[in-house]
Amino acid sequence: MLRRNLVIFLLSALALFTFAFPQEAASSSTLPDSASLTPEGSSLGSFLHLSDIPNDGGGGIEISWEAGDSLSNYFITIVRREGDKRKVVATDILASSGQARDVNSDEDRTNIKDGTEYYYTAVLSEFMISQEMIDYLTCDSLDMKVFTIADSSQVYVLSDESGPVKSKASWFNLERLTVLISAIIITFLFLWYFQLAKKGKDLYIRKINGLDAVEEAVGRSTEMGKPIMYILGIGYVTDIPTIAGLTILGRVAKKVAEYETKILVPSYDPVVMTTAQEVVKEAYTEAGRPDIYNKNDIMYITQDQFGYAAGVDGMMMREKPGAVFLQGLFFAESLILAETGHSIGAIQIAGTTETAQLPFFVAACDYTLIGEEMMAASVYLQKDPLMLGSIVAEDGMKVIIVVILVLGIVLGILGPGFHIGIIDKLFNLLIEIL
Amino acid sequence: MLKSKNIPLAITFIVGLIMIVSFFIPHRPFGDIETISLKWYSIIAGFTMLLGVDSLLGLHFRKIKRREETWIHSIVLIAGFVLVVIAGVWGTVQYGSAFDERSFFTYIYNYFIVPLQATMFSLLAFFVASAAYRAFRARNVDAALLLITAVIVMLGRVPVGELISPYLPRFTDWIMEVPQMAAKRGIGLGIYLGALGVSIRIILGIERSYLS
Repeated sequence: MLRRNLVIFLLSALALFTFAFPQEAASSSTLPDSASLTPEGSSLGSFLHLSDIPNDGGGGIEISWEAGDSLSNYFITIVRREGDKRKVVATDILASSGQARDVNSDEDRTNIKDGTEYYYTAVLSEFMISQEMIDYLTCDSLDMKVFTIADSSQVYVLSDESGPVKSKASWFNLERLTVLISAIIITFLFLWYFQLAKKGKDLYIRKINGLDAVEEAVGRSTEMGKPIMYILGIGYVTDIPTIAGLTILGRVAKKVAEYETKILVPSYDPVVMTTAQEVVKEAYTEAGRPDIYNKNDIMYITQDQFGYAAGVDGMMMREKPGAVFLQGLFFAESLILAETGHSIGAIQIAGTTETAQLPFFVAACDYTLIGEEMMAASVYLQKDPLMLGSIVAEDGMKVIIVVILVLGIVLGILGPGFHIGIIDKLFNLLIEIL
Repeated sequence: MLKSKNIPLAITFIVGLIMIVSFFIPHRPFGDIETISLKWYSIIAGFTMLLGVDSLLGLHFRKIKRREETWIHSIVLIAGFVLVVIAGVWGTVQYGSAFDERSFFTYIYNYFIVPLQATMFSLLAFFVASAAYRAFRARNVDAALLLITAVIVMLGRVPVGELISPYLPRFTDWIMEVPQMAAKRGIGLGIYLGALGVSIRIILGIERSYLS
């Protein structure tokens, strides 16, 4: 079974690998020097390079060009032709930007139709284009084969018409190939360790002090006759740290129900509040105490960041919880909450994935779950062998990443560092794959 | 046999799988799924705001009814809530939008909400000072290292650091770009793998603590 999975995985990885390297883009021509831009005669030639936007869902054309330094402050307006119809699709783009995109938007989803032939012309000007000229560029009487046109303020130089180009939707986003390969590897590792766990193999997970302290924190609060406060931060239910916080809430609430104490969950988002109510209710039911569940203990505060911090701080000062859990997504309010919790003498167990907030939690809280520890908390608290398999699989993936890092360091030193040709190529290949 | 708990698990699995597929396949109809889902989420979230308001007002009405210790605060909250709602409706009727610069709603926002937000934010300075005082006490080797590094970084970030030594800002940059960044990326790596693990556990139905 394992061998068959391995063969399938290797074959899929090999098949995807062949699509990994896109063809090199065709070369673009260069804009003329600014000195040649006179009404008497100048031509931009056919300098627009057109292509379908790769790896998108269709409805988009990429337009690029190369501008010399002398034209970097000039403006480019782009005119599109579809059959007999002309449309100005972009105005006053700095020539130095080198590219523009003609794409569909939420407001106009039929701007670019897949499979339709489009032609593009560039209009170069020293100053921003006038509305009069924009209207003129789309009128039927204009002959786009001329080199220059002028209005009362300046001369506009036209390029040759480039095209045709067609937009098409891609069936696979090649830019995400590395993600796919990583996902396949980690899923394979997951399945492998799940099998091992099912067969009864002992899987080791290191001690996490912050999670061992959960029972102590809940017990201490109960002894002191104080409630427990669980703060999920200012994330939404679509954020992974909030989801991780909710899974930990389930485990903490179960212990709270067993100890017959009270848990307060002030929420920033009504969807998170509703989900938290369900999670706590389930935990109380699982602990055999649905009778002591109180929906009103999981309440909505506000969706204003500092309003939420003020509300939660006020609640902390009034209720004086014995334990405060800060598990979820936190930003600038993290230290305001953690310091208030510290000032009332509560045991504080924090956890977030925001690396900028971790130092604040480390400084103000008794225990801090750093990043991945928070993600593993639910597994650690439940100690289900099947779930432990997923943590070991993550470690396996980490080993693979470390091997790639070491390989990159060695190739980087020997290739670009010591200029060894073949290794330099291998290094560039690794960079391209990643 | 189909148990009631298996239905949400099946929905989670199918939706999770569709979202994964749509991440890799930009072609219609897969490419639009994420945008459509987010729009659905926004609509549902809009309606759940009613649940939020119900929870908030219910809590404070109960406090007033029971004459709890801080029931006066609850009256202030409910009065503020009603005032802002009336100001919003009135602004919309009078100027076409509650956010019009002349509306009382905008006045409340500019002269009540913004200063209150700024006040809360500015409290952070005092909290940083008290937390730093505790964190930087050199109780052991680790704390001493933290203290020394923090002093170097703080001095390197202000003009007086340049006066003390021109190498100080450069050393600060090195600390931030090499050891600090290495640690941050190491933590980041664990977070992304952990997030992937949580997602897979939820999609495969191994993690079910969110179900009731």
